[in-house]
Amino acid sequence: MEEKNEYAIEMLNITKRFPGIIANDNVTLQLKRGEIHALLGENGAGKSTLMSVLFGLYQAEEGTIKKDGKTVEIKSPNDANALGIGMVHQHFKLVQCFTVLDNIILGQETTQHGLLRKDLARKKILDLSEKYGLKVDPDALIEDITVGMQQRTEILKMLYRDNEILIFDEPTAVLTPAEIEELMKIMKNLANEGKSILFISHKLAEIMAVADRCTVLRRGKCIGTVNISETDPNALSRMMVGRNVQFVVDKKDAEPKDVILHVENLTVPSKLHNNNAVNNVSFDVRAGEIVCIAGIDGNGQTELVYGLSGLENCTSGKIVLNGKEIQSAPIRSRYAAGLGHIPEDRHKHGLVLDYSLMNNLVLRSYFEPEFSTKYGFLKKPQIQEYAEGLIERYDIRSGQGATTMARAMSGGNQQKAIIARELDREPSLLLAVQPTRGLDVGAIEGVHKELIAHRDKGNGILLVSLELDEVMSVSDRILVMYEGEIVGEFDPKTTTPEELGLYMAGARRKEMGKNA
Amino acid sequence: MRKFLSRPAVQSIIAALLCILLGLLVGYVALLIINPAGATEAIVTILKNYFTYPTAAAARKYLGNTLVKAAPLLMCALSIQFCYQVGLFNIGAAGQYVAGAGAALFCALSLNLHWSICLLAAIAAGGIFGAIVGFLKAYLNVNEVISGIMLNWIGLYSVNMLLTGVKEVASPYTVNLANTNPGAILPSLGLDRLFSNNKYVTVAIPLSIIFAILIKIVLSKTVFGYEIRATGIARDAAKYSGMKEKRNVIVSLFIGGALAGTGAAFLYLTGYEQWSVTQSSVPGMGFNGIAATFLGGLDPIGTIFSSYFIQHITSGGSYLDKNIYPSQISDFISAIIIYLCGFVLFFKLFLTSVMKKKNTKTEGEGGDR
Repeated sequence: MEEKNEYAIEMLNITKRFPGIIANDNVTLQLKRGEIHALLGENGAGKSTLMSVLFGLYQAEEGTIKKDGKTVEIKSPNDANALGIGMVHQHFKLVQCFTVLDNIILGQETTQHGLLRKDLARKKILDLSEKYGLKVDPDALIEDITVGMQQRTEILKMLYRDNEILIFDEPTAVLTPAEIEELMKIMKNLANEGKSILFISHKLAEIMAVADRCTVLRRGKCIGTVNISETDPNALSRMMVGRNVQFVVDKKDAEPKDVILHVENLTVPSKLHNNNAVNNVSFDVRAGEIVCIAGIDGNGQTELVYGLSGLENCTSGKIVLNGKEIQSAPIRSRYAAGLGHIPEDRHKHGLVLDYSLMNNLVLRSYFEPEFSTKYGFLKKPQIQEYAEGLIERYDIRSGQGATTMARAMSGGNQQKAIIARELDREPSLLLAVQPTRGLDVGAIEGVHKELIAHRDKGNGILLVSLELDEVMSVSDRILVMYEGEIVGEFDPKTTTPEELGLYMAGARRKEMGKNA
Repeated sequence: MRKFLSRPAVQSIIAALLCILLGLLVGYVALLIINPAGATEAIVTILKNYFTYPTAAAARKYLGNTLVKAAPLLMCALSIQFCYQVGLFNIGAAGQYVAGAGAALFCALSLNLHWSICLLAAIAAGGIFGAIVGFLKAYLNVNEVISGIMLNWIGLYSVNMLLTGVKEVASPYTVNLANTNPGAILPSLGLDRLFSNNKYVTVAIPLSIIFAILIKIVLSKTVFGYEIRATGIARDAAKYSGMKEKRNVIVSLFIGGALAGTGAAFLYLTGYEQWSVTQSSVPGMGFNGIAATFLGGLDPIGTIFSSYFIQHITSGGSYLDKNIYPSQISDFISAIIIYLCGFVLFFKLFLTSVMKKKNTKTEGEGGDR
């Protein structure tokens, strides 16, 4: 039985069903003490469900969970905490108006005679942060610190509770490249100190860099567990999607033609601050090219897109789409003029979550004669037929087909639905904002192919992306945005990620309009 | 059987019935506490309502009375429901109802106009009251509950003032409609004969049911319904798709107000009730509409039945022996049921989870074999 004690946590033959879908089908995951174990899989492969079972958010119908070789029952996150299991969620669970220290001790406050003793807690936190290299300012308010520091606060929260098993749910999705590197170091430190880490991700490079072993899930089934030292990214991606995936985007050179979108001195106010989020920005997008706006999150990309799509009013400047000035046109007439928009936040803008998939697929066109009678009735059979066509063509997977509620679909399939809806209207200018956020490699490849096919049909695409890999491989022209202004224009063939990084961080800038 | 029970519509009905049962039970306990001897008889009287009358003809006549008051209640319930679909809680329905009543009676009694004009005036007045709330909500983000309640009082006292000119000399009530302007009474189309010549039975009753069906169709089948529901549950997505979400809010509240105003016309243009110009509380019709909406499972068709039921026990309560029980007892019982209506959703969730457990259990057993 000595063998068994090698494992900190074992999830054996876990099966979890949801209506119409088996999320986990006889999945086994064994986490060794002191290792970093990656959990890899496409969207909807069952990673989150499996972790929710481990964290006590769901109960598995079949299978057992063992801790240190002993069978345990985890019925709620409290049980999980008592067993020393901690989780950093993809969306942080922090109180915005509390300090880092307050957030860490929340629920586990050190008290003496019923009074808070923050000094004791502070000492423990400072010790922990030194030991593991987790730099935080205990007195800073959460709303004032960077996403990276918020994440370190979450990690400290787990360590403060003496958790031995740490689950990281897609921790790098929100971080900048430098922060990712730092997180990797921290994870390795933690493992060296004897913590066992479960690392959920679909970024192969990160898994290769940091993990010891990797378990791959595909459509709810466990495909296998491999040692990272004995595998390579190609093998992993084959396991994940069941086929070979191309990492290099295959595309011809762009043949830019007429200007489709002309933006001149555009200024958009910021919702959060009193200054202008987009300040005096000018650029063109031509037919048949993909122009990419690169930059670190929060440098005005969101507001630029809001201004272009009409979600926000511009204070000054000109937007010309297909020869038509649209800067003060209502949203619907901008779409009529040939604009398509894959929004940044698919839950907030992209979908009506409590509508069925088919109703969401006509969110842009429900009022058109194709789907409604002249007396204002919806043509349900036509909508359903149209939706089923899109579902088939774009391979949108869901429990009950066209009638599935959008809320019940996985993130990747929700995104596919939005992309299908926007591309099917053949917009001459597509605003694609982080179109691959939260998608796995198989789906990313699909999205990139769709974008390039759309370009090759002679349409313009304005791509906003935070992923440098995507920026470098998909775009034909790169504009770097920093603090609401465009600080440089680059050709992806002649520039490097390092050079872009300098401009993105504001260390350098070009005089716009003087370079080709 | 299990499949039948897991249908949402069936669950709504079961949940509503459970609420009614529990409400009656609590009401019965209250009756027992006040006076144990007459409690059973009292609760039976409330439930029997018009069946208390010995002859079928009399029972039919008083069934007519219950229906006359159920029609405006249904309209108020539809008003609240329609706005609820846009994510708005139209507590202002009570005030819109008051505005409708004031407009209808003013046109009928002061201006001696035809019933059709009176009805249109009530629709317009209710609609404008609703649209004011909608405008404040859409452009200034004023909470519709606050502005709705405030407007209820503004409406009440304005209408009191407006109708003082047409009140009876000796009482605070407005003059009798049938004597003053018979042309303002809604046509009965012979329906009164079905109810033992109950002269208050008019087209209002079938019309209110038609309105319910229309609302159901508008919400589920039309482009307009698609838009206002999307605006209600996902305002940002509605904006993204190019819908005019501010306009939708105002239009929905206008329609909601118009429905409540129509409800008022459906009552006051029958001559069944006269307006008391000294009343200092907003008529309960709009508030009871909230209960009817929720008891009806937020479905226009379900609301037809729930509105009737609430009016049924309210009318039934008036037959209680006033020597033993205070006259408010029927209001009390309907208030309890109304209160429990809030639990319809809770019961629904409970039922769903029970059904789920049963399903997984049988599946597990199947696996063992």
